[in-house]
Amino acid sequence: MELTEQATFAVGSDAGNGALSIRLSGAWTLRRGLPSAERIEHEIAARRPSAVVFEVHELGAWDSALVTFLRHIEALCTRHHVAMHREALPAGVQRLLALAGAVREQPSVRRVSSRMPRVARLGTAALDLAANGVRTVTFIGDVTLATGRFVRGTARFRFRDLAVLVQECGARALPIVTLISVLVGMILAFVGAVQLERFGAQIYVADLVGVAMVREMGCIMTGIIMAGRTGSGFAAQIGTMQVTQEVDALTTLGIPAVDFLVLPRIVALCVMMPVLCVYADVLGIGGGAMVGTGMLDLTLPQYVHETASAITFTSLAAGVGKSVVFGALVGIAGCLRGMQAGRSSAAVGDAATSAVVTGIVLIIAADGVFAVLFNMLGI
Amino acid sequence: MTATPPPLAVHGLTLGYGDRVVLKDVAFTVKRGEIFIIMGGSGSGKSTVLRHVIGLGEPVKGAVFYGGVDFTTATADERNAILRRIGVLFQSGALWTSMTLLENVALPLEEYTDLTPGEIRDVASLKLDLVGLPGFEDYYPSEVSGGMQKRAALARAIALDPDVLLFDEPSAGLDPVSSRHLDDLILQLRDSLGATIVVVTHELASILAIGDDSIFLDADTRTAIAGGSPKELLAQSTDPRVLRFLTRGAEGAPGGRTNG
Repeated sequence: MELTEQATFAVGSDAGNGALSIRLSGAWTLRRGLPSAERIEHEIAARRPSAVVFEVHELGAWDSALVTFLRHIEALCTRHHVAMHREALPAGVQRLLALAGAVREQPSVRRVSSRMPRVARLGTAALDLAANGVRTVTFIGDVTLATGRFVRGTARFRFRDLAVLVQECGARALPIVTLISVLVGMILAFVGAVQLERFGAQIYVADLVGVAMVREMGCIMTGIIMAGRTGSGFAAQIGTMQVTQEVDALTTLGIPAVDFLVLPRIVALCVMMPVLCVYADVLGIGGGAMVGTGMLDLTLPQYVHETASAITFTSLAAGVGKSVVFGALVGIAGCLRGMQAGRSSAAVGDAATSAVVTGIVLIIAADGVFAVLFNMLGI
Repeated sequence: MTATPPPLAVHGLTLGYGDRVVLKDVAFTVKRGEIFIIMGGSGSGKSTVLRHVIGLGEPVKGAVFYGGVDFTTATADERNAILRRIGVLFQSGALWTSMTLLENVALPLEEYTDLTPGEIRDVASLKLDLVGLPGFEDYYPSEVSGGMQKRAALARAIALDPDVLLFDEPSAGLDPVSSRHLDDLILQLRDSLGATIVVVTHELASILAIGDDSIFLDADTRTAIAGGSPKELLAQSTDPRVLRFLTRGAEGAPGGRTNG
């Protein structure tokens, strides 16, 4: 058997009965590729044979490649109303051809990939957007009701879960919050130092870093960090629980998923965010002090004193208050995307991505609203 | 070549996690073209054996041979060459959910053959037709029923015309009729593809309907306690544990059932 020979075929005509004979030779395997059946199509169209027959004496090894090729010829024969005689083919090939043709395709099964007209697509997108809006509002309503139950002490969740989540949102986030806050404090001090040195007003670097960290950067940076590390984690976890029907299992037990899964996560974030925010404020000021004392000839007592006189309780409270809101937003965004996730691995990934994007957008937008509000209130 | 080596042989396989031994001294040889059943109750380590046979776990001791080549000590290239000649049907189907059924079946072909995209589509459609899913090429796994997902996963497993097909609980989660259809399909594929098939299952009906040879794993002794044709085991075995399993708990009364 010439196993090494390339798959080929020769077309001849069967003398007398007007049949087209196809002589198969060589190894017909997937690894070697298939010859083109174009010539056969041409021959069938040109000669209009009474039938197609096969000669397989020189056929070597074969696998699905040969079956695929024969199915192609079979389709050609059907199209040109020519009979195909399979009798000469190896028994295995005949069985595979029979098996492949055993289940008839249901007429309405095949997908017709038709693109909708532009207006229809616009309409669908608008309807999707509206439906998504309704779902989001419903979810926020559910969370509000659950919060009411939490305050009254009737919400159904386990305090052990809450404790684990508090640890996850708090202690476990410290390293990254440390790194980012110190760096942000240092960057602010650098940028400020370059400008203020020109006026001989280096000491105001302490005011700049202190006020910026306490009012804005502390809560915004922790919010963004938590959106990235915790919000996405919530979305992925709840999304996977949707895929594995764990959420359905809770629902059928009569435990609202919003109580059991969403509420503890939002509570944990709301509790830990202010703590992380104050921690970030302190470390950011520390980072600023490193630059101030190292680069600007300020002494540490000078720097600390100047910082203390610049920061008011109001600005500290404003920053910490915002961080609670940011925590709630990150938690809601993460859990919302998780609960809305589709039931596939790709959908869980989309949910995690979307949770981070939604979280960050909400934080920045909320911060803008706060800026306007504080301005109007004169804080 | 005189005596061709068996497509799959397992020698003295001992499996465990850390210090805990799950199974010890499992050995069996699968002959070409037969359907070999790995059976046993829940927790007897059937699926663990399969995981190790296909290289997803490192055995503590023992070796797995494919066509005479030692899989456990093979280099990465040799392993890949072997893996290309085997097809696996996972318990849950394990279809890639972000791909259509056609793309699922086409991926191995794209990776391991030089066929053109059109030819790959033809071959993948052929595989879907073989498992009785004509016309479902452009569906996503989540859009078809569990039985259809299993069959599509089977189409993916046979994409590269494997020499050895390994099934992990093929009938898990299927109704009796679908499960029977899948058994018939396994038999038909064995006959037409000439593949050797290893099935991990505890489905009694399947075991007796399709099994040529078998091994029985016992959870208590953590080893194989019987082997041979399932039908003969049912007729001739004297081991009460094997009989209890093959008669669904009613010792000596085939087809009977008891509670618990």
